[in-house]
This record gives sequence, structure tokens and C-alpha cells, in this order.
Amino acid sequence: MAATQEEIVAGLADIVNEIAGIPVEDVQLDKSFTDDLDVDSLSMVEVVVAAEERFDVKIPDEDVKNLKTVGDATDYILKHQG
Amino acid sequence: MAKLKPSKGAPYARILGVGGYRPTRVVPNEVILEKIDSSDEWIRSRSGIETRHWANAEETVAAMSIEASGKAIADAGISAEQIGGVIVSTVSHFKQTPAVATEIADKLGTNKAAAFDISAGCAGFGYGLTLAKGMIVEGSAEYVLVIGVERLSDLTDLEDRATAFLFGDGAGAVVVGPSQEPRIGPTVWGSEGDKSETIKQTLAWNEYDSSTDKFPAITQEGQAVFRWAVFEMAKVAQQALDAAGITPDELDVFIPHQANERIIDSMVKTLKLPEHVKVARDVRTTGNTSAASIPLAMERLLATGEAKSGDTALVIGFGAGLVYAATVVTLP
Repeated sequence: MAATQEEIVAGLADIVNEIAGIPVEDVQLDKSFTDDLDVDSLSMVEVVVAAEERFDVKIPDEDVKNLKTVGDATDYILKHQG
Repeated sequence: MAKLKPSKGAPYARILGVGGYRPTRVVPNEVILEKIDSSDEWIRSRSGIETRHWANAEETVAAMSIEASGKAIADAGISAEQIGGVIVSTVSHFKQTPAVATEIADKLGTNKAAAFDISAGCAGFGYGLTLAKGMIVEGSAEYVLVIGVERLSDLTDLEDRATAFLFGDGAGAVVVGPSQEPRIGPTVWGSEGDKSETIKQTLAWNEYDSSTDKFPAITQEGQAVFRWAVFEMAKVAQQALDAAGITPDELDVFIPHQANERIIDSMVKTLKLPEHVKVARDVRTTGNTSAASIPLAMERLLATGEAKSGDTALVIGFGAGLVYAATVVTLP
């Protein structure tokens, strides 16, 4: 069953917490991965790969650069999840 | 049809000795920062690199190779005349003809050893090792020298903040010889030419115009390389373990290509390597030396006592091509 927006944000929060050690409550829709959450370009790749597995979605390299905020990633996953 | 005599090789092959050469000039991040807008902290956090070595005019591809090879030959306890093959992997020897391997074979004092260069980027050591093993088991050479050597400082765009800090120079060499037991496992290798744009030289030599162009340099798509190197190469590393019949618990040492410490960290995590496995992190003080990185890291682990002779090591190289090669070896 497809994940809801709320479930995706919670899932991303777990992933960002695991990879970058950011408290889950800080991961909000309007937060920028690089500017607010201290997720650098390489950690972002790890976040993307973990999100692909968790939400059964493919996020090609060329799309990763467009995922600036948690909201961008959530929308992408909502639209493309299997 | 005339009957041909078969060649007689050894039952198996092993690495008998290893040697390395690092150029005398040590270059800290401060020097890199003279030409890019970055910081020591940024470079360390993205790559783990603190210093790298850059070769001077005398430290040529051949000269560094001869130094590293001399040490490997001494470590193996053989003489140069016994070497029947010299394989050099490099992407930074700027004269294609003749192969630099022939000069190295001659200056080392081999007895007209077969000598040739290969181009397999950062997987070059694994490619060379696999060829050497084949030559020994097939019987065309008893001992083969495999050299990885680079002067990547010559192919670095010092004004590119994404790559200026990455590359270093150096040579690593191993002597491969006969064995009664398998000491080099099956190689898992391959190429993905559809990803050739991911890591490449900016301009072909015949396109380069010195009056208008920047000197050709190595450029890469960082995120794409990182994803491939960590997640695809972890699968290849696992396949090499499986092919050798080794469980992660039986592994003593992990020597991945020293591209970037973040790749190494993430690979270790993805492969779920046990705590006891010693992981090569030579990239911190050597930078990325492409084909030279695995033998250089191997030499340092043995020299510092972090690894010991007889240890079981997983080695994996990956890079421009894209190409990759992984195998399990017993350390000399």
C-alpha cells in the first residue's frame, strides 16, 4: 500500500537521523537537507538510496539535485512510489 | 593436424611481495586552498584527505615504478632476472609508445621479461593481478610484477573545487608467483561503458589546444560516482567473497580503492563488515592515486603492523570506465 505524506516524512526523519544523526523532530517539510539538516551531497545520496528501499521508488541521479527540501523529497516519493 | 605441446603452469598463484613509493613532496590541504574557495574542514569532511604526495620532475612514472618494484622484489625474496612479466597499470603516463613497462622491465634488470601497459583506471591493480595470475597458472611466466602507478597531479584541475583536493601521485607494486594452494581468489570484474561520462578526462589529447584550452584533467559526477561506488560495488565485493568461499567473519582486512574515505565508510556499513576487519584508510595521507592505491594501502598496512602476512584480504578497485575488479587474496 502506498505511503501517506505523514508516513513518508516520518520515514525520511528516521533515515536522516540514522545517516546524519539529526533529531527526528527537526525533519520537517520546509527544512532544506543541506542548509538546515546538515546533510551534505554525499550523505544525500545515502538518504536517497535508503528512501528508495523503504518506499519502493527509483530516484535517478539527475533528479536528486532537485530534492532541496524534505517537502521536495516527500512530493517526489508520493508521485513515484510503487 | 599436428599435436602441440601444452604449456605447464603452476597449480595456483599468490602475492609474494609488495612495495610502494610515495613522492617526497607532501602537500597539505592548505596548498590546495590557495586556488579554490573551500576549507580544510570541508575537504576532510567530504573526503577524509589531509595530505597527499605530488611527484617532482624526477619522480616520473618509470622512476616511481622502479622504486616500488625494487621493494616488492626484495620483499618477495626473488631476483629481478626471475621475473617473466611486467604489467603496468596507469592513466597518467603521457607517452603511449613504447609502453613504459618495457623501460621498467629493463631498468630493473629482468631477463627480457614480457612487458606491457594496461588502462583500467582505478580498477587497474585488480585487472593486472588477474592477468598475472592467469600468466602464472597458464605457464607463460613464473613470476610477474604488477605495478599501479600514477601522477594524477598532472591531470588535476587545481581550480575545480570538487576535485582539486582528491588526487595524489605514487606507485605500488606486487610480485605474483606460483603457489601450491589458492592464494588469489576468483576475480569478479566487469565494465559499464554506458556510464563512461561519469568519470572522464575533460578533453582528448588530439582535441587539446594549448592556446585556448585548460590542460586536460579528470572530472567526475560526484553523487553518481558515490552511489555507484558504494552501493553497486558493495554487491561486487560480496560476490568476490562468495566466489572465494569466504564469510565476512573469516576476513581480516578490507582494502578498497582509496577514492574517498566517505565511500570507504559507507561501503563498510553497507557490507556489514565485522568490527575485527581492518580497513585500509591510506587515502587520508595519500589521496586518490587510482591504480596505485590498493598496493600502496596494502604496503602501508603491512609496514605498520596493522595487517600481517597470511591475513585474508578483500581488495576491490573501481573507477573510470566505469570498470571494477574485486578478489580475495592472502597477504604476502
